Amino acid sequence: MELTGAQALIESLKKEGVELIFGYPGGTVLPIYDVLYKEKAIKHILTRHEQGATHAADGYARSTGKVGVCLATSGPGATNTITGIATAFMDSVPLVVITGQVATNLIGRDSFQEADVTGITQPITKHNYLVKRAEDIPTVVKEAFHIARTGRPGPVVIDIAKDAQVKKIKFKYPDKVNLPGYKPTLKGHPRQIKAAAKMISIAKKPVIYAGGGVISAGGAKELKDFAEKLNIPVTTTMMGLGAFPEDHKLALRMLGMHGTAYANYAIQECDLLIAVGARFDDRVTGHLPTFAPKAKHIHIDIDPAEIGKNVRVDVPIVGDAKQTLKDLTEKVKPENGKHDAWIKQIDEWKDKYPLKYKKDKRIKPQYVVEMIQQVTKGKAIICTEVGQHQMWAAQYSKLTVPRTWVSSGGLGTMGYGFPAAIGAQFGNPDKIVFDIAGDGSIQMNMQEMATAVIHKLPIKIAVLNNCFLGMVRQWQELLYDKRYSSTNLCNNPDLCKIAEAYGAAAIRVTKPDEVKNALEKALKIKDRPVLIDFAVAKEENVFPFVPPGQALNEMLID
Amino acid sequence: MKHTISVIVENKPGVLHRVSGLFSRRGFNIESLAVGTTEKPDVSRITIVAEGDDQTLEQIIKQLYKQIDVLKVFDLPADQAIERELALIKVHANDKTRQEVTQIVDMFQARVVDVAEDSLTIEVSAEKDKVENMQKLLEKFGIQELVRTGKIALQRGG
Repeated sequence: MELTGAQALIESLKKEGVELIFGYPGGTVLPIYDVLYKEKAIKHILTRHEQGATHAADGYARSTGKVGVCLATSGPGATNTITGIATAFMDSVPLVVITGQVATNLIGRDSFQEADVTGITQPITKHNYLVKRAEDIPTVVKEAFHIARTGRPGPVVIDIAKDAQVKKIKFKYPDKVNLPGYKPTLKGHPRQIKAAAKMISIAKKPVIYAGGGVISAGGAKELKDFAEKLNIPVTTTMMGLGAFPEDHKLALRMLGMHGTAYANYAIQECDLLIAVGARFDDRVTGHLPTFAPKAKHIHIDIDPAEIGKNVRVDVPIVGDAKQTLKDLTEKVKPENGKHDAWIKQIDEWKDKYPLKYKKDKRIKPQYVVEMIQQVTKGKAIICTEVGQHQMWAAQYSKLTVPRTWVSSGGLGTMGYGFPAAIGAQFGNPDKIVFDIAGDGSIQMNMQEMATAVIHKLPIKIAVLNNCFLGMVRQWQELLYDKRYSSTNLCNNPDLCKIAEAYGAAAIRVTKPDEVKNALEKALKIKDRPVLIDFAVAKEENVFPFVPPGQALNEMLID
Repeated sequence: MKHTISVIVENKPGVLHRVSGLFSRRGFNIESLAVGTTEKPDVSRITIVAEGDDQTLEQIIKQLYKQIDVLKVFDLPADQAIERELALIKVHANDKTRQEVTQIVDMFQARVVDVAEDSLTIEVSAEKDKVENMQKLLEKFGIQELVRTGKIALQRGG
């Protein structure tokens, strides 16, 4: 079959099962867009900015487990995807980002809309390709999807010169990849598993610290089986929310800077820390030398480079979280009973230091999150932007199911949540998708309201509007003596009017007793997005708070 | 501590950028770097001399392995490796000093590769210290130009 490079690209994407592409056209991808014009099997979603396209593909990937695909032109189109690629890279999200490149005879001449995309994206991709020959397209696509979705997932960039999109080739899609330098280890070494099992069986105060790797691996069930068999409490990172049901009696919920007090105390007191698919990020550990000071460490991760990167590990296991937890559950024998004293201690902490906030006549942002959880019966996909609202969403959403939490953890990208919610809604047309936002973040990718309206996506955007860049303001209040430098957003535009101008619905809520009604009303709107502007208490702080550089047990509880 | 790291890579565009970029990002200073093909035409060997603590080195080796085009990485301890560096040294030499210079050349088992009226160009291939010693001895004659390759190394025996 003779095809142009652009046709070969689309055929290759079909072979990989791609149904959706988020993108934005331009000069060097015209041949690809010309193929998409007639294409039936793949739907192209035109966003209003390439950053929006990349985050949408990311939200689609996180909420479905499939590879997200986006498409942009060369130069500024490609550089606009950078924040999205870096976001996906930090959180190990499988993306294939296709960019056009100027024709091969123009590369290296500072041509119009030329940028060295493989050079720029090299430190923020799992791998990248510059394709100069049409013949290479099928192999490169095959490899790119394989690399993106296997091992520790991540974004892969394919930068395709325009002439390679036009040239005709004989199309044949390869059956398998040939990558001698890429062989992820899925099964943990039996000797290491044995050593870990022994350590677990004699531990008196064990804690499981589970991260996003459990969700990537599809290992939530295995995590639950493991924890229940051995009666070990589980704390999750923000990326791991949904990997373990937060209403479970063994749930310690989130740990770290804004984690629960009982999770942080449990970490500081435990004698064995079992880290699974987590990477000891500074927002989790606080002051590293005093993190889990009494514990031996078992670290399970598919990425060998994560093991020993930040902390010394007693038993490292390189392997897929799902497989390794399964093997470990089979191997381990609880010789130490059910850690009754330890569980009792944790239950005391839970009673003494629950997550809490003071109610008054203003709308408390935590209350809005609780109400969202209540009216959706915990079944919504919760996307967030980055800031205080994100932490309240993490603390109060009580997530129980994997892939229902879509939030930028590692890079902390403001403006991520709304386009990600678009991707999540496309990937899950029957689910309720919320973007819990702040008034700062929502203004960073507001233009995607057009995308959501055109496609009649019933996304609910709950803006916790405190007229501040709240998280920065909180740090300024607590660490910079209330010098609110450039964090006051009192000149915010009327967000409801903006939403309405795009054709979305909008509801403004100013009193606590209107919150639930407004949410119920929003849930009934099914043919367009709805923005709910909650005028929340302005100087509310996120607690607990471990000040930067301090130990977890030195947290401020309120 | 100084380390000699051998990185076997697929001979693909951008691979040197990937490898060297990792070193700078992780705070490892590259002292020398040599790249060349191997017995297999599609495989290259990058030899890097760099300084840093052992934990950073371990992290770099792991990060190097994560690169798709990297096939193998070795940290070569000095006592198990054959190490060589090549230098070309153009040194000032006239009728009076030429003989003295050639004596030094002989001492180091180096050779003269170009003779001009007022200079000699010397090729020396040796371990790094030897190259440096020779350079020191030649300095008093006046070195006009000098170029050194980075270190290359292979593990001894099987």
